[in-house]
Amino acid sequence: MSVAVERSYPRPLHPLHTVALAGTIPLFGGALLADVAYAYSYQIQWTNFASWLNAGGLVFGGLVLVWASVALLRGERHRWRPVVYALVLLALCIAGFLNSLVHARDAWGAMPLGLVLSAVCTVLACVATWIGLAGRRELQR
Amino acid sequence: MTRSVKWSVLALSALLVACGSEAPPQQFGADPAIPEPQRRLVPEMSIAKPVPWNEMRPTVPQGYTISAIATGLLIPRQTLLMPNGDILVAEGRGGGAPALLPKDVIAGFLKSRGNTKVESGNRLTLLRDADGDGVYELNTVFADGLNAPFGMALVEGSLYVANQDELVRFAYSEGQTRAAGAPESVVKLPSQINHHWTKAMAASPDGRYLYVGIGSNSNITERGMAAEVDRAMVWRIDVASGAYKPYATGLRNPSALAIQPGTGTLWAAVNERDELGPNLTPDYLTSVREGGFYGWPYSYWGQHVDPRVRPQDPAKVASAITPDYALGSHVAPLGLDFSTPAMGAQFGDGAFVGQRGSWNREQPVGYNVVFVPFSGGRPAGDPVDFVYGFLGEDGKARGRPVGVTVDPRGALIVADDLANTVWRVTPVR
Repeated sequence: MSVAVERSYPRPLHPLHTVALAGTIPLFGGALLADVAYAYSYQIQWTNFASWLNAGGLVFGGLVLVWASVALLRGERHRWRPVVYALVLLALCIAGFLNSLVHARDAWGAMPLGLVLSAVCTVLACVATWIGLAGRRELQR
Repeated sequence: MTRSVKWSVLALSALLVACGSEAPPQQFGADPAIPEPQRRLVPEMSIAKPVPWNEMRPTVPQGYTISAIATGLLIPRQTLLMPNGDILVAEGRGGGAPALLPKDVIAGFLKSRGNTKVESGNRLTLLRDADGDGVYELNTVFADGLNAPFGMALVEGSLYVANQDELVRFAYSEGQTRAAGAPESVVKLPSQINHHWTKAMAASPDGRYLYVGIGSNSNITERGMAAEVDRAMVWRIDVASGAYKPYATGLRNPSALAIQPGTGTLWAAVNERDELGPNLTPDYLTSVREGGFYGWPYSYWGQHVDPRVRPQDPAKVASAITPDYALGSHVAPLGLDFSTPAMGAQFGDGAFVGQRGSWNREQPVGYNVVFVPFSGGRPAGDPVDFVYGFLGEDGKARGRPVGVTVDPRGALIVADDLANTVWRVTPVR
């Protein structure tokens, strides 16, 4: 048995990294639901919620991106998984930033592009979380 | 540097200059150009850095002279001329709507860099030139403890002041230099959130009514329609009872009101919506019809539908009145008064408009007092710069003109809320 391999690579994600990574799903997903609610109800508070949820998702996603980039630079480059993980996180942060600019438009000016971007962010957050967590489980079996 | 690199640098800078110096379109008068809305990812923002006047002065036309009659004030906004020639200055800063979105935090910080940093005066200052030499030797506090006063009107021995939350009344007798006591309340004015907090005011010629301008609580309904109850309209208030009714609606921010001499018609200078591009939406000067609807929020300049408003209201759009006279987009008119023949032949028939200047535009506009010539009681011709140079050729702001008041003896009083100065322009005699 390769106990040494299990212990040295991959290390389990730091709990804070895990929380921040998984947290992007309810934040961006919440923004998407709020945008949908705004589209159906025209109640302005929903788009306000979407703006702040997206901002929160961007903070978490940004932290995880930094974490993943550092891990990449520290020598996990030869494996495809950390590279894809970092790239998906980068795409998530770019889409989230664009979404924050679109949501800064007043009232219905944020729509429908804001809803589309919230959906893209939600999908990317799910993909990033899957890649980030699934890889460890498989290797630890 | 090789030749080709040199040329590309030159070409690039020429391109940049060409983009930067794009001339503003002529957007004046009854039929302005209304381009398609532009929706960029980041709204254009250009905030001129404030610097002191030092020895410089605003520029006035040949044959006129300008002097500072009061400095060191606490954010002068509007002035009122008393029958004996005294000038009352309303000083203060209102608003303080909470930041609702991440964007509000950033935009609020950027816009505050273009404003004065002094504390809100919340008072009225009285200026007096007893010997008529043009020097206002008396500068004294007439009343304090007010709440961001803006509009003022004198009606039969009573001085009315529109605070940002309440219309109040002082007893006034000619020559008085200090209010006898605290004012009495006439009526509360809409003040929740107070995104657009200024309460402009004018009195009807017979003194029975006061007209008060109440700005919208948002740029374009982004605080919800519930926040817009009793907003974006002009109230007519019965002086005797305090009873009020909406006199005209759909006026986004009617931040200056004046009665036209002769006709007795109410006119308003209105600040229109932002973030639709550098050349939308024209701010305007208009006569105000009783019961009229002027478009906000559903449409601008008549029937141009604003796509940012949901639910839409085609019936309201169809009923929207097209304003009389466009002043240009983003110029920010905050002062309005009608002229008098004593102002000289060229500037005797028309209206002066104080324009505080733009933020939502790469090439700043406004930052001047313009004269809109009238003929037969209607605007006739393009606006003429009357007081300008508030924004220097170095791109720095030395002042921002707001309230304007015509002295019937032949002078224009201009409040400058950046330099905290009151200017007086007179024909050279």
